[in-house]
Amino acid sequence: MSWLGVFSQLLALLTALFLAPLLSGWVNQCRARLQNKSAPGLLQPYRMLHKLFQKDSVMAEHASALYRTAPYLIFGCMLLASAIVPTLSTDLPLSPAADGIALVGLFALARVFISLAAMDVGTAFGSMGARREMLVGFLAEPALMMVLFCASMITRSTSLTGIVETLALRELAIYPSFLLAGVAFTMVSLAENARVPVDNPDTHLELTMIHESLILEYSARHLALLEWAASLKLFVYSCFGLAIFFPWGVAQANAPLALIVALPVLVFKLAVGGFLMAVIETMSAKMRIFRVPEFLGTAFLMAVIGLLVNVLLGVG
Amino acid sequence: MPHLLHATAWVHLDWVLLVVVMWLLIGLIGIVALRRFRFVAIVLFPIGACVSLLLLGVALSAAFAEPEVAVLPLGLPQLPFHLRLDSLSAFFLMLIGGVSAGVSTFAAGYFRKGEGTPPGLICLEYHLFLASIAMVVIADDAYLFMVVWETMAFSSFFLVMANHRIPEIRQAGYLYMLVAHIGALGILMCFGLLQANTGDYTFDNMRQQHLTPFWGSIAFVLAIFGFGAKAGLLPMHAWLPEAHPAAPSPFSALMSGVMLKIALYAMLRVIFDLLQTRIWWWGVLLMAIGLATALFGVVFSTVQVEMKRLLAYSSIENIGLICAGMGLSLLFSAYGMKSFAGLAMTAAMYHMISHAFFKSLLFCSTGAVLHATGERSLGKLGGLIRNMPWVAWPTLVGALACAGLPPFSGFVAEWLLLQSFLFTTGLPSSFLDMLVPVMAALIALIAALSGYTMVKYFGIIFLGQHRDEKLAKAHDAGPWERLGMAWLVTGCLLLGLFPNQMIALMDPVTRKLVGAGLAQSVADNGWLLIPVSVERASYAPAIFMLVILLSIGLVFLLVRKLYHGRLRRVPPWDCGYPWITPRMQDTAEGFGQPIRQIFEPFFRMQRHLPTAFDEHPSYKVTVEDPLWYWLYLPLASLVERVSRVIGLLQQGRIAVYLMYSFVTLIVVLLVVSR
Repeated sequence: MSWLGVFSQLLALLTALFLAPLLSGWVNQCRARLQNKSAPGLLQPYRMLHKLFQKDSVMAEHASALYRTAPYLIFGCMLLASAIVPTLSTDLPLSPAADGIALVGLFALARVFISLAAMDVGTAFGSMGARREMLVGFLAEPALMMVLFCASMITRSTSLTGIVETLALRELAIYPSFLLAGVAFTMVSLAENARVPVDNPDTHLELTMIHESLILEYSARHLALLEWAASLKLFVYSCFGLAIFFPWGVAQANAPLALIVALPVLVFKLAVGGFLMAVIETMSAKMRIFRVPEFLGTAFLMAVIGLLVNVLLGVG
Repeated sequence: MPHLLHATAWVHLDWVLLVVVMWLLIGLIGIVALRRFRFVAIVLFPIGACVSLLLLGVALSAAFAEPEVAVLPLGLPQLPFHLRLDSLSAFFLMLIGGVSAGVSTFAAGYFRKGEGTPPGLICLEYHLFLASIAMVVIADDAYLFMVVWETMAFSSFFLVMANHRIPEIRQAGYLYMLVAHIGALGILMCFGLLQANTGDYTFDNMRQQHLTPFWGSIAFVLAIFGFGAKAGLLPMHAWLPEAHPAAPSPFSALMSGVMLKIALYAMLRVIFDLLQTRIWWWGVLLMAIGLATALFGVVFSTVQVEMKRLLAYSSIENIGLICAGMGLSLLFSAYGMKSFAGLAMTAAMYHMISHAFFKSLLFCSTGAVLHATGERSLGKLGGLIRNMPWVAWPTLVGALACAGLPPFSGFVAEWLLLQSFLFTTGLPSSFLDMLVPVMAALIALIAALSGYTMVKYFGIIFLGQHRDEKLAKAHDAGPWERLGMAWLVTGCLLLGLFPNQMIALMDPVTRKLVGAGLAQSVADNGWLLIPVSVERASYAPAIFMLVILLSIGLVFLLVRKLYHGRLRRVPPWDCGYPWITPRMQDTAEGFGQPIRQIFEPFFRMQRHLPTAFDEHPSYKVTVEDPLWYWLYLPLASLVERVSRVIGLLQQGRIAVYLMYSFVTLIVVLLVVSR
């Protein structure tokens, strides 16, 4: 473990921590512009977090310790997730502690805790939200896993840094399986980050919301942590996708100069990705909750077909 | 063997026998003190737990020792009992000792006065059961094996029937006994084939025989059938969701945690040790059955509304996953890919021991909930985390482990299994190359669904508001129960956080079964679990856990330091709706509804929906296992029809029977004289 490694690890963590709300702000702004609305400022998410942290927390009188711990735990999970996904550099000392499968598991852990916390107060919305979140999750999780497997079959590795290193250094080749996996990944990331065809981050309309109904009872610092964790999740998801599909520009070990270049490259990639997400959100309508299994089932099947295409073509 | 009984130094096998004898003694004391409830509970069960600890210690030290054999001069003349303690037996003895120590401690606080069978008798049955499963894993001939196997079946049958006054429980017991004996038929025939007409039923002899692929395959299928019936593989699973809820909770814990694993032990023993040939399609068959079982189990467990039944289906799922791992290992092993076979086998064994711990823990928690509330239906529970924190938090650990989430024990097994499924490109047949990734996809789906189940299980029982007023008075678990659950939680956590240390214990077993293990890799990398190479994949749950805990602590401190920690307690907001009642929470049926809708063809459902004009509108949905209607009931009616035809022979008049004898005699004479 070199000092540069420790440095790039810390840098990656801090970048994720402080860039994540910006990404959410950017997506919101793009979407508002695309929909001919006047957009909130780019820094709006930071202002909101600051405001929420200042407020007194209000909690249901019979909420248990699990309810109070969950925001911290979910935030911790997302921090770890952002530490193991190669954003700026592949020289991450923490990355061997968890590979891609563990990352998917980490998302699942956070999801289980947010669902349990939502059930804890015992309101109608909370338990309904928990059920819906788990419904989305149990279909999205294997689909995400299959996307990862597509990449790991080509690179012979499930370690995220390993995948990036192999793919970035390899001669540019078009893998047909990646086409399918890419579509699947887009669908999954829309679902997992509570985006439009599946969920609507703007609405509090009772019958359609998923993510919002989970955090309905939270307030102040707990809500702030959950919102921050949600934008971290979007950030990590985007970086996960970038790592698999556009791995270029991420610095390798012992390359301090590349590390300097990596940050603008990352910002550029995220900006484009965020814009595309806003376009998708603008162009599609929210679907009925009963259609979500079909949507995610399609994503899962596409990723599996991608995996089979890999085997058929004998890649790897 | 000379060292036994009059030995200069005791070997491991003697200690194991001592444990067996002590368990039997405890059982016998129990029968003497038949109705002295406190004595049985507070003295005998804890002593039994101590004996379990002794077994755990012996097994740990025997894990790396050379195999030991002995012949007990018991049994029939010319048919003495052969015993053998090798690394495979030691691993399972470890599992038995580790789990039963916790469960026996829990049981000390569990049994209450006036519940069906008298306490002394339960004590006898319980310890007889433990003794017989310990004997199953050290049996080294088919004769002794069948004797102790049947002892296990019978003692467990009586334990299932502990509350025999309830008709459903009698039915469940009957079904259990029936399936156990149909399975035993398969096992007997399997042993008959394995001895290959030599007339010698010792396992040693069976290892010498090389069956032709045809007879070998038949023996393999019989073993899958016979032991699969005990393990709950499809389609022989039907007894499991009936018998597990019927038994008293500590015993459900042992049945699910230990007995199912013993069936898998026997499968391993026959397939990987006694049978000398390995054919690729055996592995595929085992994998296919395993995954079908797992998918079936998990889909059914999500829609259950009774806690123990939910766990029973979840056990079916886990057994299926373990069999998938074993099947993959068999497939690799048939193609001589030893290191991959070792990896898949490690995954399967890891899943066995981790399932043993977390499922016993979950069953114990249902016992505690059952005692505190008298309810076994999920829909009537809720909010128990506030009255029963000593049950809720351990259950949370068990549930997270069962859901296969990092950094708990279920995830390690799942991770290893997925890693071994990912290594498949390289199999000689392209058909298999295609098949295995699809199976990996199925495993991912199953794992995610089990997360759904566990959120339902934990959330509905322990979170939310009390769905019934009496729940507010529910008392927490007693000290013995707490201690037992704490032991099992420790097991779950250790298995989750220190996989390398645990895999080192499994290495001799995988080395023996498939010729390779992960010992070198885990010895070289203290904290990182690395199946093949670090570039390929690695996982370090302890670091994983540490980082999460550190960041939680740091974030907590920073929030307090930079801002404040003020908190106000108010009634829940619920979008400003003030009249919330517990009935507005999601019910157990409601939580399973999306799954019912998605997997509709799996189920046989009957819905009763209210109409607008009902005076007392009611909603009812029952979900049944379609295999009952496709397989079990047709089979049962076939048996009934056949027996009715055969029954025509019985006229009840002596003259007719005499005539049968006469005719038989003449036929025999005709045959003989020709």
